[in-house]
Amino acid sequence: MRCELHAEWTKLRTSPATGWLLLAVVAVTVVLSTATAALVTCPSSGCGHDATRISLTGVQVSQALVAVLAALTISSEHTTGMIRTSITAMPRRVRILAAKAIVLTGPTLAAGAIGVVGAVVAAGRLLPGNGFTSAHGYGPLSLADGSTLRAVAGSVLYLVLIALLSLGIATAVRDAATAIGVVLSLLYLVPIIALLISDPQWQRLLRQISPTNAGLTIQVTTDVSSLPISPWAGMGVLAGWTAAALLGGNLMLRRRDA
Amino acid sequence: MRPRFVHLLRAEWTKLRTVRGWTIAMLAAGLVTVALGLLIASGDRASCGDGASEEACPAAPVGPGGEAVQDRFYFVHQPLTGDGTITVRLTSLTGIITYPPPGHDEIVDDVVPWAKAGIMIKDGAEPGSAYAAVMMTGDHGARMQHDFTHDTAGLPGGASNTSPRWLRLTRSGDTLTGEESADGVRWTGIGTIRLKGLPDEVQVGLFVASPCDLTVNSSLGGSSEECRFTQATAVFDRVDVQGSTPLGTWSGIEVADDDGQTDWEKDHRPNGLVRSGDTFTVSGAGDIAPLGDSGAAPIERTLTGTFAGLIIVIVVAAMFVTTEYRRGLIRYTLLASPRRGRALAAKAAVIGVVTFVVGLAATAVTLPLGTRILRANGINILPVSQLTELRVVVGTAALLAVAAVSALALGILFRRSIAAVTVGVAVVVLPYFLAVGAVLPESAAAWLMRVTPAAGFAIQQSIPAYPQVIGHYAPSTGYYPLAPWLGFAVLCGYAAVVLGLAALRLRRSDA
Repeated sequence: MRCELHAEWTKLRTSPATGWLLLAVVAVTVVLSTATAALVTCPSSGCGHDATRISLTGVQVSQALVAVLAALTISSEHTTGMIRTSITAMPRRVRILAAKAIVLTGPTLAAGAIGVVGAVVAAGRLLPGNGFTSAHGYGPLSLADGSTLRAVAGSVLYLVLIALLSLGIATAVRDAATAIGVVLSLLYLVPIIALLISDPQWQRLLRQISPTNAGLTIQVTTDVSSLPISPWAGMGVLAGWTAAALLGGNLMLRRRDA
Repeated sequence: MRPRFVHLLRAEWTKLRTVRGWTIAMLAAGLVTVALGLLIASGDRASCGDGASEEACPAAPVGPGGEAVQDRFYFVHQPLTGDGTITVRLTSLTGIITYPPPGHDEIVDDVVPWAKAGIMIKDGAEPGSAYAAVMMTGDHGARMQHDFTHDTAGLPGGASNTSPRWLRLTRSGDTLTGEESADGVRWTGIGTIRLKGLPDEVQVGLFVASPCDLTVNSSLGGSSEECRFTQATAVFDRVDVQGSTPLGTWSGIEVADDDGQTDWEKDHRPNGLVRSGDTFTVSGAGDIAPLGDSGAAPIERTLTGTFAGLIIVIVVAAMFVTTEYRRGLIRYTLLASPRRGRALAAKAAVIGVVTFVVGLAATAVTLPLGTRILRANGINILPVSQLTELRVVVGTAALLAVAAVSALALGILFRRSIAAVTVGVAVVVLPYFLAVGAVLPESAAAWLMRVTPAAGFAIQQSIPAYPQVIGHYAPSTGYYPLAPWLGFAVLCGYAAVVLGLAALRLRRSDA
């Protein structure tokens, strides 16, 4: 397994897109979260905003970049034919996928953590100026606070799971364009449908099973009881999607000719 | 021999048609637009009445312009035959607002910005009939309005005992002229309008309306609206009607009253007329204005599946060219058409037209079917003209086609499908998700729908936002900041820019 890990790490490290994408993940997470925090105001007490969630808004977009990075690690091999060399060199195909998943986790975790913590720190400086003060019922954002810590750590974990989900789908689908189309649809279409459908039961069901809606409940720190699914159960749903995608990808990788 | 353009078109059409995956994907793009639209429509339900006896909600009255309107106010009127003039002096406009923020705990003495009191000539007292009116408003000065959607501003200011305002409305055939004055001697014109087909006998009189007081609680992920009862009271004197027929008697009617009374009306002051000598004190509630989306659905509600079709179309259009780069086919394409701009034009034309046809088939089926489902579920559809309906149907198909052409150009720019698809989705679908899904605050959402290619979604908006009606106008409620064609033009501008860059790249770099 060490050889596989080494090979995959070299591929990821030397691909020119990796560095830029990781940088973009950090930048988008911080900038978009800060911009949102700068625009939301809390004019009076009981304004109903979730300060932690506002300061993590950027994750909604940076997840797309994480997904692209993950899809690239496998679909670019299919595009260039490199996958045949990889399989010849490492005949145990499941190990290739496992090595890719492990190697992908590290940089995603690092970039996600830097981005998410940076977002919370930057937003935490802006929010008190917009009325998120103790007079209106908001303490300063602090990682020492249990629910904020859960939201922050959960958001990093969320990004990692999205990366692995994307890797699994891209392994199963092979073609780069189709893979990224499927992943982005899963990330963004289901939440829009859940929003537009007005039947409350359907809406609730979609929010419980959609990887993004369920997964991002981890960011909610106020009114947790009114959520369609509890934060960690939601993360579990996303983990289920990820596991299914990786298993499916593994199956297709083993069954099909490269 | 240089190939004729039609041969290039034929070649590109053959390439597109013969890849089975692409054909299936294009069909899927159409089907998913239809299926999602109908699914969302069938999940939408509404009923009125109290709990046990659910019944269909009554349809809103329709104004002379064909739009749904609210037409509820207190009208003190008498018949007028032929030409004539009504002149009044308004000495006071006051009112109450029930339980406004922040406390929501008391009834305050105040008028809402668009409370209206003045004089009106109307084609009968039926809701939705044609009218012209001159009025004072709570915050927006003197106005002349007619037929619900038209609004002309006069001088600003209010009316009080110390500085009363005179209003005059003159009918001469189809032409109505509104004037105002501070002293009843020197008159300033506000507007002259024509009401086509106004019958000989009309109702002339005094009116008071006061729209409900809207508060929007917007938080990320959704918003809630609350509209609280308000009432306005106006005091008129020096009421003078000049006409060919002798002055009749005044009678009061609550136009479009729903029989229900708020506690305020029961215990304090009902809507109506109190007359002492020549002084008329009129109280009223409601509004005379086009109806927004409250309780009824705009036609584009059925086309919400478009963005799903959009992703598929972007993927196919990008692959249409990136596959050629991957397989080396692009060299033969350029060999066959040495003038590379023409090769690009042929490719763009084929993907654009195919997407347009698929999109048009999808929207032309979804809109009538979807509105039928919504009606069957008890949801009233806001009526629009056939031209607007055509614009929504054709415009949505054009939106898909322009997005496809842009994705194709991105494919040539990046030469890699993953980059082309990601950028295509990120600039068209992602802003729509962030804005319409209320992920971002409303100010940022409106800004996104102005400057990103997603501005093109404005082509779907069938009901405009009216400045003279206070509403919750935000992308998440279906109101885009740019006018339909302007928004579409923004999308086309972006498409033109990437197409130009793609042409440049195609000519300058080796394939």
